[in-house]
Amino acid sequence: MTDLADLTLSEATSGLQGGEMTAVELLEAVHRRATMTEAQLHAYLNIDRPGAARAAVAADSALGNGAAVSKLTGIPVALKDNLVTRGLETTCSSKILAGYLPPYDATVVGRLREAGSVIVGKTNLDEFAMGSSTENSAYGTSRNPWDPDRVPGGSSGGSAAAVAVGSALAALGSDTGGSIRQPASLCGIVGMKPTYGLVSRYGLIAFASSLDQIGPLTRTVPDSVTVLEAIGGYDPADSTSHPGKVPDFRAGLGRGVAGVRIGVVSELSGEGIDPQVQAAVARMVTSLEGEGARVTELSLPSFEYALSAYYLIAPAECSANLARFDGVRYGLRRHGDTVEEMMANTRAEGFGPEVTRRILLGTYALSAGYYDAFYGQAQRVRTLILNDFDSAYGQVDVLVSPTSPTTAFEVGARATDPLAMYMSDVCTIPSNLSGHPAISVPVGLDDAGLPIGFQVMAPALGEEVLFQVAAEVERIAGFSDRPALANSRADI
Amino acid sequence: MPIDIDIAKVARLARLALSDEELDLYRAQCEVVLEHAALVQALPTEGVEPTSHPLRRTNAFREDVVTECLDTEEVLAQAPDRDGNYFLVPPILEEP
Amino acid sequence: MKFEPVIGIETHVELTTASKMFCGCPVEFGAPPNTNVCPVCLGLPGALPVVNHTAVEYAMKIGLGLRCEIAPHSVFSRKNYFYPDMPKNYQISQYDLPLCIDGHIDIETDEGSARIGITRVHMEEDTGKSTHLGTGGRISAGSQTLLDFNRAGVPLMEIVSEPDLRSAVQARVYAEEVRGVVKRLGVSDVKLEEGSMRFDANISLRPEGASTFGTKVEVKNMNSLRSVQRALEHEIERQAAVLEAGEEVVQETRHWNEEDGTTAAMRSKEEAFDYRYFPEPDLVPVAVDEAWCSEVASGLPELPAQARERYRAQGLEPTTAGLLSRDVDLGRVFEDAVGAGADARTVANWLTGEVTAWLRKESRLLPDSHLDGAALAELEAMVGAGDVSATAAKDVLAGVLSGEGRPAEVAESRDLIQVSDSASLEPAVDAVLAANSDAFEKLKSGDEKVMGFLIGQVMRSTGGKADPAAVTRIIKERAG
Repeated sequence: MTDLADLTLSEATSGLQGGEMTAVELLEAVHRRATMTEAQLHAYLNIDRPGAARAAVAADSALGNGAAVSKLTGIPVALKDNLVTRGLETTCSSKILAGYLPPYDATVVGRLREAGSVIVGKTNLDEFAMGSSTENSAYGTSRNPWDPDRVPGGSSGGSAAAVAVGSALAALGSDTGGSIRQPASLCGIVGMKPTYGLVSRYGLIAFASSLDQIGPLTRTVPDSVTVLEAIGGYDPADSTSHPGKVPDFRAGLGRGVAGVRIGVVSELSGEGIDPQVQAAVARMVTSLEGEGARVTELSLPSFEYALSAYYLIAPAECSANLARFDGVRYGLRRHGDTVEEMMANTRAEGFGPEVTRRILLGTYALSAGYYDAFYGQAQRVRTLILNDFDSAYGQVDVLVSPTSPTTAFEVGARATDPLAMYMSDVCTIPSNLSGHPAISVPVGLDDAGLPIGFQVMAPALGEEVLFQVAAEVERIAGFSDRPALANSRADI
Repeated sequence: MPIDIDIAKVARLARLALSDEELDLYRAQCEVVLEHAALVQALPTEGVEPTSHPLRRTNAFREDVVTECLDTEEVLAQAPDRDGNYFLVPPILEEP
Repeated sequence: MKFEPVIGIETHVELTTASKMFCGCPVEFGAPPNTNVCPVCLGLPGALPVVNHTAVEYAMKIGLGLRCEIAPHSVFSRKNYFYPDMPKNYQISQYDLPLCIDGHIDIETDEGSARIGITRVHMEEDTGKSTHLGTGGRISAGSQTLLDFNRAGVPLMEIVSEPDLRSAVQARVYAEEVRGVVKRLGVSDVKLEEGSMRFDANISLRPEGASTFGTKVEVKNMNSLRSVQRALEHEIERQAAVLEAGEEVVQETRHWNEEDGTTAAMRSKEEAFDYRYFPEPDLVPVAVDEAWCSEVASGLPELPAQARERYRAQGLEPTTAGLLSRDVDLGRVFEDAVGAGADARTVANWLTGEVTAWLRKESRLLPDSHLDGAALAELEAMVGAGDVSATAAKDVLAGVLSGEGRPAEVAESRDLIQVSDSASLEPAVDAVLAANSDAFEKLKSGDEKVMGFLIGQVMRSTGGKADPAAVTRIIKERAG
């Protein structure tokens, strides 16, 4: 008898709508799994038992009396704690927002609620989404369910860990430089970043506005499609929201890859990639070819500069986005004899080292005399990256690479070396700069039993072919392993 | 290309009250990152337009209609310091 | 050494849209604190701005009214600095690609005409309001500050002139002209006393005939049109004295103090603000095509310059025409009066003279008074018919403005009706002539000088109500 917490979202939807179980039962299973795993995992900052219980009861009522239901009705979903939730503490894993109660819901949260989902709670992240390991959280590091001495990745580490272990059936994260895909890869689940503008950012506490996107973390590719269908689509409250028709995400599922042209990015293979990761990715590429895909190797030379451009653009935008945290209207306030002192003391104490570092970097990159050489140049390099992508998509339908150069690293291994940490994002960053969609699919484990993620990238609004190829990768990989923690018994 | 940052000035601009040790540490770390980031300067970009938005959209507008405001009490309840329905802050040193 | 002032003016205009620049909160003066706020204008985490379509059109109107080119592609930028009344600690503004550029406005002063260039008109958002507790509202050590964000996010247009102004008077007339244009466009209530229109000036001095610019000083806190002139007159004197003493003018910002009649340097900043402008990533560019521009242009009302031409054609002096054109309320009443048959010059002089003085003294606006075009026409007709003297007409005006009634009623109740019909006057004249036969004889023999004396006697005997013109006529008749 399957523990309900081990169901995929699609299986749970069937079960709920078929009357085989109730939303309350499902939630109880998820809560039990959380109870068993949280001490080790610390995926959550806040499990909202009363709120979730109310939503589960309401879902059962809708399911029971034939009211209109969606695929998400009754499904327990976790939210990264940089998404504002009305009346529910939202901290961005920062001291500066300790105790902050937003007076409104993010648009995506509203859509999930309307779809009848059950919000389990808020998950841990690197402070203000800045990081690749969740070690930058002011409230403790989350752990990788495959090996608790290792990081789950970041910045959406809590969301990834929760889905991997079954203390949520799906989660929302945010991806600015890889923060959904890289933790999904390290935790052996599916993580997807949509085309920029497909999912409303209203209510996502901004890190880098021209790069941030909200996306799903799920156990399977079809689950990812389901969540995206619920949260995606035009929002007039977000000026950067795509106003046109939304792609049919689901249309390519099951179509296979016969005739699909796949480009392997040469800059993202070989040197700098762990050999086992490289080998797993190469094996999958060969398998895809075997299923009828036409594979070529492509060079996108500007990718060499993507990391550098990102570490000018993202800090610059974040230095302005985080200026609002000043102790005046909400959050932490520290004493100052003058308001200037109060702000400076509040921010110095409220922000952790990574956030402080990026604010300083960003402020410098924008300052008088440096703008053109740094921020200005980075935005021009961004155009070159877009041009390389456009030219590549003239020859292929999708691009592929590893999601992360390595599998999960040990807690503390990169914490003191910012540059080494930043290198975790070298494969994921280009599609943030371009605004293109990308997805990570687990394809196997390395010798240490740690998951390896395979990344597929597609052109803007190319979610249909993206999910089509991702689904095939998933089918070929047949990855059904679960982390040890998911199987732990209640013997604590 | 070695980069020399006036970190104290940057910290003032960003309203961050950091100690001298912290300033030294951050300066060193930022300089390392910036040297790496400055690699972008190696790419020739004459005639290349900068990309501020991946989305090529223009004219995202809303109609000039009044919508519901927040409840004043809910807003002020989050204030670290208040005086009635005003936010309260310490004395301001400089005018902009 | 003769110095020439070089002045540029920055004008900020709050728009009277229904809602704010980037959110749906109402634009409302004087609401209870922090009642017109939302996540966007409060700068709450996660909130995003969306541009108010009408505000863009109002900005275009201002640009077109100032003969600017409307940029086909303009961009919002973040202006980054920390200040407690700015919720995001950056202001969404426009920097390198503003909406309107390269305009001009023509002004006339006693010194002649001048064309003042308009560098740009751009869109931004207003800040919240800070009230300093303790010492009389000004910042001082020890005073905490109350913050109200109702005003944060109100659409604010910035109009920047070229440094083409050459005197304090020109600066004031420029400010009046800009105010007149904006008022006519109906996009702002331009109330300086409420802060919906604000002026800052940049002023430097240079030797007459020089072409380079001197060091410029920014002058702020000029809260009325008159103080624009006064502040700049003072600043010209101050800078001239500095330069004549062989010293250098310090580049700084100075606050005008209306009570003292001086400018004072604001607390010196350690470093000039580095605003770190970059394109606003939460907003997309504004694209204005020919069609949209033409649509807005065709909806423009008549501008002061056009009204001025009409008034000049009706025989008004340039200064009077200028005053009427810049004040849309005065202009409307003028046109109504002329439309009702009044003489243009008479009513124009009344409006720009007595009426304006009365309104200023009573701190009232013309639409709130009881004077309208019909009343002016009525009064003018009464003067023309000799029912009231020109002097008495001014008293009647005051009475009508105060709400004492229509001109005829006021003239009656204030006993200002002039007697000019022969039947009433002849007895009085005859009586005076009889009592002053020597003077009358002198008059008859050609001595014009006694006319004044005789008229004066009739005026005395009639209690001042005789029409001097009629009296003169009757006396002459009697003299043969």
